[in-house]
Order: sequence, then C-alpha cells, then structure tokens
Amino acid sequence: MNKKGPLYAFFLSLVLLLPGCSSLAVLNPKGPAARTLSDTIILSILVMLGVLAVVYILFVFVLVKYRAKKSNEGYIPPHEEGNKWLEAIWIIIPIIIVAFLSVVTVKTTSEVENVAAEYKDQKPLVIYASSSNWKWHFSYPEEGIETVNYVNIPVHRAVEFRMYSFGTITSLWIPQLAGQKYAMSDMLTTLHLSADTEGSYIGKNANFSGKGFAHMEFEALVMSSNGYDEWVKEVKETAEPLTEDAFKELLAIEHIGRKTYSSTHLTFSPPPMDHSEMDGEEINHENMHHDNGSKEHQENEHIHPSPEPSSDTEFNGEPEPELDQPLPSSPVEEHTHNSSN
Amino acid sequence: MDLERFKVHGEPLIYGAMISIALATIGIIVGLTYFKKWGYLWREWLTTVDHKRIGVMYILAALLMLFRGGIDAMMMRLQTAAPEMKFLDAQHYNEVFTTHGLIMILFMAMPFIIGLMNVIIPLQIGARDVAFPRLNAVSFWLFFFGAMLLNISFVIGGSPDAGWSAYFPLASLEFSPTVGNNYYSLALQISGIGTLITGVNFIVTILKMRAPGMTLMKMPMFTWSVLITNIIIVFAFPVLTVALALMMFDRLFGSQFFTMANGGMDMLWANLFWVWGHPEVYIVILPAFGIYSEIIATFSKKNLYGYTSMVFSMLIISLLSFLVWTHHFYTMGQGVMVNSFFSITTMAIAVPTGVKIFNWLFTLRKGRITFNTPMLYTLAFIPIFTIGGVTGVMLAMASADYQYHNTMFLVAHFHYVLIPGAVFAVIAGFHYWFPKVFGFRLNDRLGRHAFWWIAISFNVTFFPLFFLGLMGMTRRTYTYSAETGYGPLNMLSFAGAIGLSIGFLLLVYNIYWSTRYMPKDKTGDPWDGRTLEWATGSPIPAYNFAVVPNVKTRDAFWSAKQDNIPLFEEKITKIHMPSNTGKPFILGVIFFFFGFSLVFSLWIPAILSGIGILIVMATMSFDRDHGFYIPAEEVIATEKKLRGETV
Repeated sequence: MNKKGPLYAFFLSLVLLLPGCSSLAVLNPKGPAARTLSDTIILSILVMLGVLAVVYILFVFVLVKYRAKKSNEGYIPPHEEGNKWLEAIWIIIPIIIVAFLSVVTVKTTSEVENVAAEYKDQKPLVIYASSSNWKWHFSYPEEGIETVNYVNIPVHRAVEFRMYSFGTITSLWIPQLAGQKYAMSDMLTTLHLSADTEGSYIGKNANFSGKGFAHMEFEALVMSSNGYDEWVKEVKETAEPLTEDAFKELLAIEHIGRKTYSSTHLTFSPPPMDHSEMDGEEINHENMHHDNGSKEHQENEHIHPSPEPSSDTEFNGEPEPELDQPLPSSPVEEHTHNSSN
Repeated sequence: MDLERFKVHGEPLIYGAMISIALATIGIIVGLTYFKKWGYLWREWLTTVDHKRIGVMYILAALLMLFRGGIDAMMMRLQTAAPEMKFLDAQHYNEVFTTHGLIMILFMAMPFIIGLMNVIIPLQIGARDVAFPRLNAVSFWLFFFGAMLLNISFVIGGSPDAGWSAYFPLASLEFSPTVGNNYYSLALQISGIGTLITGVNFIVTILKMRAPGMTLMKMPMFTWSVLITNIIIVFAFPVLTVALALMMFDRLFGSQFFTMANGGMDMLWANLFWVWGHPEVYIVILPAFGIYSEIIATFSKKNLYGYTSMVFSMLIISLLSFLVWTHHFYTMGQGVMVNSFFSITTMAIAVPTGVKIFNWLFTLRKGRITFNTPMLYTLAFIPIFTIGGVTGVMLAMASADYQYHNTMFLVAHFHYVLIPGAVFAVIAGFHYWFPKVFGFRLNDRLGRHAFWWIAISFNVTFFPLFFLGLMGMTRRTYTYSAETGYGPLNMLSFAGAIGLSIGFLLLVYNIYWSTRYMPKDKTGDPWDGRTLEWATGSPIPAYNFAVVPNVKTRDAFWSAKQDNIPLFEEKITKIHMPSNTGKPFILGVIFFFFGFSLVFSLWIPAILSGIGILIVMATMSFDRDHGFYIPAEEVIATEKKLRGETV
C-alpha cells in the first residue's frame, strides 16, 4: 500500500489551511516583529508535524501488525537487546532538528530584541509603559503626554517601550504587533515593536497580578503619521496636565477607563534606575536612591513600610564610587543604555 | 485576637465545603467507633513502618486529592465555559486555580508516584523493606499533614491565591495581606521535608539493598527510573526549602528577600522557584517512564529494547533538567544570550526523550501485544504525550515563546505532558500492581470503559486550548468578554471536562465493583510478569521474600520461569523486622499545629509545637527499639498457606 500519497496530501492541505489562521491573533501579525514570530511558529509547527508523523506511523504499524490474535497464539517474541544503528539514527536526526531550530531561535530572538531591520535608521519613538493595579500608564517623554489604558502609535515607526511596574510583575503584550515582556518594579525592560498596518489592536497584561488581572486590557491604536502628530497636538492643547497629587490618586484607583494628560509622571516619579537621559558625567550616585522600587514607591513608604536600614554598615545601599573612575556597569544599566543588545 | 482572619466569607460553595468537611469528619469518627476499628487503625496503619502499607496510604491520599483537584478543575472550566460567567468571582477563581495546581502536582502526582515507589521498589530489588523504615513513615506523615494544612485553608483563613508559582511581589505581604500564602510557604515546606527524606531513603535502598546478583544494569527499568528520580529530589528540593523559608521570613518576620523595597529581588524568587520547579516536573515524569517500560515489556511479552540507552537517556534527562529553568520566564528581560542558551538546553531534552519513545516502539515491534487496561493507558501515552513533547519544543524557542508565554497554549502543553505522561502512568501502574497488593484484579471491561472516556475527553478538553492561546487568551483569567471570541472553544473544553469526570467516576466505581465481585488471584502473578515483585505470594507477606532471591539476569523472574533458573536457593531462617512506632504520626500532628500556628502568627503555640517537634525527634534519635524477629517456623507456615497447602 502506498502510504506516501495520503501523507503528502495531508501536508499539502495543512499548508493550504494555515493561511486561514487569521482568526488566531498570533498568526495574524501586523508588524515586522510579530511577523517574524508568526513565521517562526508556523515553521516549528511544520517541523513538529513531521516528527509526529514519524511516531504515529510507526505506532499504528506496530500495534496493528503485532497485536495478539488467535492466529499467533503460540508466538514467542524474540529476545532483542537493541540495535546500535537505529539508536544512532534516532539520536542524530533529532540532534539535527534541534540544531536547526536552535539556529532559527537565536536568529529570530535577536531580531525581535532589536529594532526591526526596515526601521534601523530611525530614532525609535520611546514610550514608557508602567503598570499599577490594575491599569497601564503610557508616558511619551518626547511628546510630553501621557495616556492611561490606551496607547496610540504612528504606523511605520519603530517604537521602543520601556517598561516597569509600580507593584506586581506584569507583562505587556500586544499579540498582533510583538511578543510580550515583563514589567517589574526594580528594573526597566525594553520591548521593540512597530506596526505596518493602521488599525486597532488589543493589548493585555499576560502575567497574573491578582484580583483585577482579567480587566487589564488596553487598546493599541496604530495611526497614520499625520494622524498621530495631530492627536499629540490635540492632547497637548486640550488635556489637563498630570500633577503629582492627581497621579497618586490615579495609582490608588483599581479600575479606570481611558485617561489622557498633557504631561507625564516621569519628572516627579522617575522609573527605576533610569540613566537613559543622562550622560556618564552627570550621574551622581550620592543623589540617587538605590533602594529598589521607583521613587513613588519610596516616597509612599508609609503605605509600604520597610525596616530602617542601619546607617554606616558595608551593606549600606549607597555605593561610593570614585568619581574619576569609569562607572561600574550593571546588567540593569545595559537594559537602559544599550536597548539594542 | 482577631478572629476575622480565620473566617472565609460569603460563598455558598465555601459554606458547603465546610459542612461537607465537618460531616465527613464526624462520619469517619462515628464509623470507626461503631465498627470498633480505632485499635486496628492505630496498630495496622497509623503506626506502620511497612513500605507496602505506607505506599497504600500515599496512594489513597493521592486519590482523595485527585478528587479535590478535579473538582477545582471542573469549577474553573465551568467558570470559563462562557463569557462573563458569574459562578466564581475573581478572588475565588484565583484561589481555585492556585489550589488546583498545588494539589495536582504536589499532593496528587507526587504521592501517587512515591506511593508506587514505596510498594514496588523493595519488591523489585528483592529486599525486605526500605533502608530507613521509620523515616519512611515520617515522610508519609509529613506529606499527609502538609496536605491537610493546605486543604484546611479553604475553610479557615482563605487559600493561597497567587498561583502555584507564587511570584513576588504578588505573593508578598504587601499584595497578599491575607494568610493564604502563609499556608503556601508552610504546607509546602512540611511536605517538602518529607519528600527530601524519601529521596535519601530510596537512594540508599536501591544502592545498598539489592538482592545478591542484581547489578545496576540488571535492575528493572522502574527501579532505575526511581533511583534517578530520587537523585533529582535530593538536589532539587533543598532549593525549594530555602526559597520557602525566605518567603516565610518575608511574610512573617519582615525580611526583604523578595519584596519591592530595600533591595528585595522579585526575580530571585522566580529563579529559585524554577530551579526547583523544573527538576520537579522531571521527578514526576521519570518514574512514569519507568512504569511504562515495565508495562510495555510485560504486555508485549518481550524484553525492553535498548536497555542501556534507556538508562542513559534518563541520566541525561535528569542532568539537563537542572540546566533549563529559565525557559519558564524567557520574557523576564534577560536578553538574547541568556535566552538562547536556555532554548538550546531545553530543546536538547527532546533528544533523550525521543530515544525512549523509539525504544518503546521497538519493544512493541515483534512482540505479542495484549490490550488490557494498563496497556491501553500506556499505549495512549505514546501518541498523546508526543503532542505535549513537540509543543514543548515549540515553547522552548525563546522568540516564539514571547507569544506563547502565560497563554492557554502553555496550559495545553503542560497538561499534555502531565496527564498522558504522569497521570496515565500512575493509573496504569495502579491497575497493573493492584492485584499484587490486594490479591484480585480490577475488572478489565470497566477499566477499558473508563480509559476511553478519559483518553478521548482529555483531548477534547485540552486541544482547543492550543488555539485559544494563539487567539491571545492568557492563563489565570477568571473571565473574558464575548467580543474576544473565546467562548466556543472554552465551551468545547468544558464538555471534555465533563467527560473526564465521567471517566474518573467510572474508575472509582471499578474499585468498588471489583472489591465486591472480582475473584481472588492465588498465584501472585496474574500477568505472567517479568520482574521480582511478581515472585511473592498474594497477599504479600510482611517480610516480602521468605528467602532472599539470587539474581542472575535481567527480568529475573521471567528467566526463572522460562529457562528454569532457580531464584530462591537459600534455606528459610528467622527474619528481622522493624517494629511499628507511633512517633512519625505524632511528629506529623505536631508539625501540623506548628504550621498552622505560624500561618496565623500565633507565636506561643508555634514555639510550643516547635519544642514538641524537637522532643519527638530526640526520642526517635535515641530509640532503642531494634525491631523483632519472625521465627523461621512462622515464615514456613505463612509460605505454605500462600501456596495453598494446608498447614
């Protein structure tokens, strides 16, 4: 019996079916990063289908041929120790498959962790995305505006999200534009994405963060360049600025709809260990809090009490660097200085 | 003292649970009194140090926990079956999925596997008991009372609600101010100590107590898998011990190891948890692989293909299992280099796993395959688990994982490896070794019915979740809106879950029906087995083997039957046995109160029970009871009775 015919038909039909997967957001990318990931996923599905085919065919064959039936009543199975050649085959071929997928992984991971190739010459649009229970704050330092629970970005533009959290670990995820990344309270993480089609895309928090977790969806609206500039202008003209008190109140609210402000919270509540705006010489460690957690967190210590650190021990949080020496480099700084690593 | 903390409010379900627990407890107490079984319970079960009885207790506890975890699962599937269901609110859903994960992994899969280890390993290696029988009992009671502590949280104080992985800062006092996550750190800690002791116990047992002639490479494959698993336990569990201790200090004593303030690192918790957590899933799956090896060989009437490769593949899997933990949080911002390294190590595990699958297929080839209940679960494992395995390779690719992480795709993957992997294995092992322990087989027709319900329903429940993940549905969400379009597939999944419940109910019914109606097996070898455990009588005498067997080949019992190679050549002499002791049970009880006191920060009771623990441990250390001897005449008489001769 020709077993290969049906097999080819099966594979072909899969390949033809897969483009019909547009109801699956992850396989319906609208930006280069998501496209790279979608292609990677489809490639891995095809390879794994091949593996499954081999196993299933052997499995069915063996069960059908060697099942106990009346006709083989007295059959005594032979004693078989094994076979070196078979072992070699089923070790080497999987190693080749794993090696191939490893190369694909390294290549695509590196691709999505950097600015997309087609936008490499642009200066990315930096947006700070921070989470508090249970909402997202998007601060646009260049434009000087801030939104809550929605983010607008221009099409065909590299966007660099710098993420952190005012509390629990959350994960910024806009499936049709890029993979996700965690936002944490003691460091800044970076997510590169860009969109090549205008439209409205769902964003969510993908990391469980407590009671209100299921309601942390936000909209990512991709607008034309002009539309984006006009929107920014409109916000600066019509929205209220974000005062420190208003921000403190905002943080305390559990669920809120969309809000828009004509200034950001970054000035009075800087992100954790954010050195990106400063040159090396300007960093004066004595003036910086090295308590982990954002400045807002530290200033609200009456809500989050922590024990008094004892003064003047070698475990004192303030480092005392020699100012004429080069700065020690820490992994945190690599995230903020070298967003393209 | 603030009594409010102890109460759990508002839900009819919780009041229902409180009432059922109270009724069940009263029912048990009344029943034991009416049938005058308190003495029996104490003498034969609560104080036993016999590995077979301890194993049975582990498995019984696991079955009860399977029931509880299954109800959690049904509640979760019901709540998410349609958009905006109002069955469970967010807080209770969060408690339910947290306890579902904790119970299924730590209080169902682990005890089931450890129970099977306990019953079978000494028999398979031709030994009379494990190396440390009293510590074995301690292991069981610590597990049991740790599990009880977690179970009581539902009705007193509130269950943990930060996920079974309890990430900080969510699980810190700041964001989880109720006692729920205190239960987490203490219940897991107490059970974990029991498991660590088991690890030591079984390594020593397997290395030092094998019957003469049984070299390492002549051991049954289940024994090999258990040896390697216990080595993983000994290396992995201390990490959990430390992590839970630091968590307890953070939550109870104000330290800042994982908190947001003062230098605490939430990422440190994630790393410590998964350095334990990943080897943990291999602790659960490797014995399963061992069980499958035994069953495939037995029911294809053929020796295991590629014995040496099978051993080495498990060794490599166990080594690699310590090198992959970061794949649980590729999205935590480590960057390309770190993620690439862990992608490669994670995918590498597929190679030795594939070796095992092919060796099983080639064991079946040229065999003569019977399709009874244990064999059906074992055979179904191969195609279904492989789906879990290949989706694991897909998840291992860090870039792709940025889209799969924490979605239902991940949930589908791990259920596809855990259920066909570990759960089918323990069910298969349960059916396979049941007649050895209880002297009669479970009914095969009922068993096959239950199998088909379970195997098919499993796929209906979990395959849709792959698609839901690709549609963008994250895990741990208590509800979703209709516009997302997640409704239909979730409803399909719920239908599957109902089928799974039916299957498991049939399985339990089979136990009852078979106990009443199945004929007794007098041979001790109902399946024409290959390994030494089938060489004992039925029921198994307390001393296992009247005479220690002399092993000359692999599949020693099979060779003895086929090639007339005698197994038992020595004369019967008196046999040294360990005495029963109530101290492990008492230690467990005190640990329960110790844990409970710490959960509620009741310092005086905690200190007092802490002192109690030390006292019991001291009495155990200085225990002068060296056991007793069964005289040779009694052994001879027992053996005669087992063979059906008149005494």
